[in-house]
Amino acid sequence: MDTAQLEHGTATRPQGWPGVVADWSSDQRSFKGASWGKVMMWIFLLSDTFIFSCFLLSYMTVRMSTTEPWPNPSEVFALEIGGVHLPLILIAIMTFVLISSSGTMAMAVNCAYRRDRRKTAALMLVTALFGALFVGMQAFEWSKLIHEGVRPWENPFGAPQFGAAFFTITGFHGTHVTIGVIILLVVAWKVLRGEFDDQRPGFLTGRRGRYEMVEIAGLYWHFVDLVWVFIFALFYLW
Amino acid sequence: MAHASAPVPAVEEGQQHPIRTYLVVWGWLFVLSFFSYLVDYFHLQGLLRWGLILVLMMLKAGLIVAVFMHMRWERLALTYAILVPPVLVLVFAALMVFEADYTLLLRRTFFRGEGG
Repeated sequence: MDTAQLEHGTATRPQGWPGVVADWSSDQRSFKGASWGKVMMWIFLLSDTFIFSCFLLSYMTVRMSTTEPWPNPSEVFALEIGGVHLPLILIAIMTFVLISSSGTMAMAVNCAYRRDRRKTAALMLVTALFGALFVGMQAFEWSKLIHEGVRPWENPFGAPQFGAAFFTITGFHGTHVTIGVIILLVVAWKVLRGEFDDQRPGFLTGRRGRYEMVEIAGLYWHFVDLVWVFIFALFYLW
Repeated sequence: MAHASAPVPAVEEGQQHPIRTYLVVWGWLFVLSFFSYLVDYFHLQGLLRWGLILVLMMLKAGLIVAVFMHMRWERLALTYAILVPPVLVLVFAALMVFEADYTLLLRRTFFRGEGG
């Protein structure tokens, strides 16, 4: 039987729940229409989801079980800008920066599949710039809080668990953003050199370069934004 | 962008969608984030605050996963494999709510007046 036709004949495959059963039981590859690279990135992101879930659950547990009042994030993260007192303003700006970067990344993926080399690289560099800006603002936020006496074991605002939760959660997220910026720069550099047009193999692998790598890098980047959505809602707004 | 929604060539497995879709979702993410900020700015309290925070959070997460991460165009087999396991985290959350309540009860009973 012609396997190439089997692989790509999407019209004949069952849809809905019968489709799930058929795909999983077909004894070939379960995830049709998605390359193994993309599937592996999804599975990595799933495991990362559990890591961040555990952090947020620990935060929920210590916040619920402490006898001292929890510091009000709205005031802790407030800033005076031009004499105006704005609650939570830094976090709001960081949120908008990260969403903007997600948007430019989505555009980059779109351009990559249209084989637009220059636009793809440019949009990825803009995304990396937004990411670096986000990490910069987070560094500012950390130094401001450390200066005010917030430590993982104590702080002047209330429950001592606040510092531990804050530094762990935002620290891990900031690390993810930093790694994301590095990945974006590497992939943008490959795009710019035309490695995906010539299908040149990469530095660490014998596999041919392909534009799908932009989408896979994009998946990671959108995930970083996704985690921030949950941190923003559950840690900063709650 | 009329050609953008054309079917993907058989050799290359990729995601090709109209740019307009991304721009609309991008706009909505900005609007929803702005609403989340307003929840805090206007000091909404109680059930209204929690409800709005959670609804806006889930809407934003849904848009990012469905459109930016292309989940709505993947096969259901992949979608369920990735999206169902995180739901089980809710069970873990429920367990930890009981645990935290119990810890709080013990602290209130035995450490009253000595601080947390």
